[in-house]
Amino acid sequence: MTDLTRVATDLRCDILRMIAEAKSGHPGGSLSCTDILTSLYFGGVLKHDPKNPKMEGRDWFFLAKGHAAPALYAALAHAGYFPVEELMTLRKLGTRLQGHPDCNLCPGVEVSTGSLGQGLSIAAGTACGLALDGKEGSVFALLGDGECEEGQVWEAAMFSAHRKLDNLTAIIDHNGLQIDGKVTEVCSPEDLGVKFEAFGWDVHHVNGHDIDALIEVLTACKNSRDGKPHAVIAETVKGKGVSFMENEAGWHGKAPSAEQLEAALAELEAARDEEVCRG
Amino acid sequence: MVKLASAEMAEKKLATRAAFGATLAELAEEGVPVVAVDADLTGSTTTKKFAAAAPENADKLFNCGIAEQNMIDVAAGLALTGHVAYTGSFAVFGTGRAYDQIRNTVCYSNLDVKICPTHAGVSVGPDGGSHQMLEDISLMRGLPNMRVLVPADYAAARAAIKLAAKTPGPVYVRMGRAAVPCVYDDDVELELGRAYVLREGSDATVVACGVEIREALAAADMLAEEGVSIEVIDAFSVKPLDEDTITASVAKTGCCVVAEEHSVHGGLGSAVAECLARKNPAPCEFVGVQDRFGKSGEFEELLGYFNLDAAAIVEAVKRAMGRK
Repeated sequence: MTDLTRVATDLRCDILRMIAEAKSGHPGGSLSCTDILTSLYFGGVLKHDPKNPKMEGRDWFFLAKGHAAPALYAALAHAGYFPVEELMTLRKLGTRLQGHPDCNLCPGVEVSTGSLGQGLSIAAGTACGLALDGKEGSVFALLGDGECEEGQVWEAAMFSAHRKLDNLTAIIDHNGLQIDGKVTEVCSPEDLGVKFEAFGWDVHHVNGHDIDALIEVLTACKNSRDGKPHAVIAETVKGKGVSFMENEAGWHGKAPSAEQLEAALAELEAARDEEVCRG
Repeated sequence: MVKLASAEMAEKKLATRAAFGATLAELAEEGVPVVAVDADLTGSTTTKKFAAAAPENADKLFNCGIAEQNMIDVAAGLALTGHVAYTGSFAVFGTGRAYDQIRNTVCYSNLDVKICPTHAGVSVGPDGGSHQMLEDISLMRGLPNMRVLVPADYAAARAAIKLAAKTPGPVYVRMGRAAVPCVYDDDVELELGRAYVLREGSDATVVACGVEIREALAAADMLAEEGVSIEVIDAFSVKPLDEDTITASVAKTGCCVVAEEHSVHGGLGSAVAECLARKNPAPCEFVGVQDRFGKSGEFEELLGYFNLDAAAIVEAVKRAMGRK
């Protein structure tokens, strides 16, 4: 097992612990994007400094699917933006860790999100701002596939390609589920890769749980300045890592009970131990 | 006392929107890192003039096409990277169509985005009810972190746009399409949260903003002929509101009329009523659009049709005085 897989497992355990403690939150979509966040924050993709979140020359990350806040908080805490113990304050009165990310409270959160469909536009504006000033940083936005039902995503897709924002990468957490069921059954956006390509984007497909592959494709996107914005369609499993949550839309926005948490942690830790023995 | 237009200047008619692009160019020249983000209306809003004013400005205008939601959030991203981002479009689209983007991104994150659409109120005239935004002050005033400015003329619009740049965080500046007479001196500077007494009087207070300032001043002249003396206050800063100036005036006159080119619900009238209810309850009358949509017609005709003109203010003053 690689160190990064271990990091991802630690993040998954904390995601579940904090949602269980809060008694509400979104485990399914947090677990589906955990490996993506691990690759960005721990795999050397993002240039960032937990001790200086507003560092000049940093790369920018926007969690467009703001309901996956527990995954972002876990990544930021383990990266050193704030103490890991603080994760257990999620969603409680007085916390810096609001139900959806609040940039004026939580260190490392670039902008407040939660209303779906806006993150890619904000990322595009940021990419414009960096380009206008001749600054280096790259911009990443993580969107849900259900989120792509929002029309504004396609306004941003059109704008970004038109302005040749090659310092921008959109990552789609393609877990196939939304609150009401399968994305293909609720209101299918059909093939997202084909759509982004039709808008003029440089499109990549990747297994969203293969950290090495994620690091490779995200780094390639970051380094490629060929006049096109980049889209990475990451095939993921909602609820990844916890058998009874995997591919279940019912776990979109529901907290596990104490017993369910125990079972989930046991499963994640067993998988980790097994991997450690194996390798 | 704020400096007013000379008699000669008062003959000049200019639209508030005409100040937009020209003032952005001034700010850029002063070294303020301004950018403009528009949605296929760069000629109408005059952001095109900003882009054309200097070679280095061309790259600072971002035309999003007909996509107002994207426009607001692109401005948010530009603000995150240290720019003072001014958005355009018409008020109906630049606020209503993109309300969630203004609420959840610009205001909730407290970003340096200045929402400055033009063609607000009935000033857009023949385009009709779909385009006549009469609820924008209400929408913007309800948002935490948002400041709301409604300038009366070209010089006030220029001052408000400059004031927005000096004020950290979200600011709404409401501009109109129609050419209106100059009220203020060209170089007027306006302060956030200050109202200006333009005419002193003793029988009634008229608080107004935007194009209703000229109607209120005309009403003051008409009433003076009847021996009625009204105090005219420009509450261009609808939020924060200069409660001290307004309550002091109403304490003196004993009644109040609020006039705005906006719905009577949620705008300046509501702001003044909230203030007086808390600090100095007094009879109030409201000149505004009565819970209805606009209609096609010429601006001047519409002011009469919707009872927004000086004659309507005169009647409202008499009603308010009758209730003292």
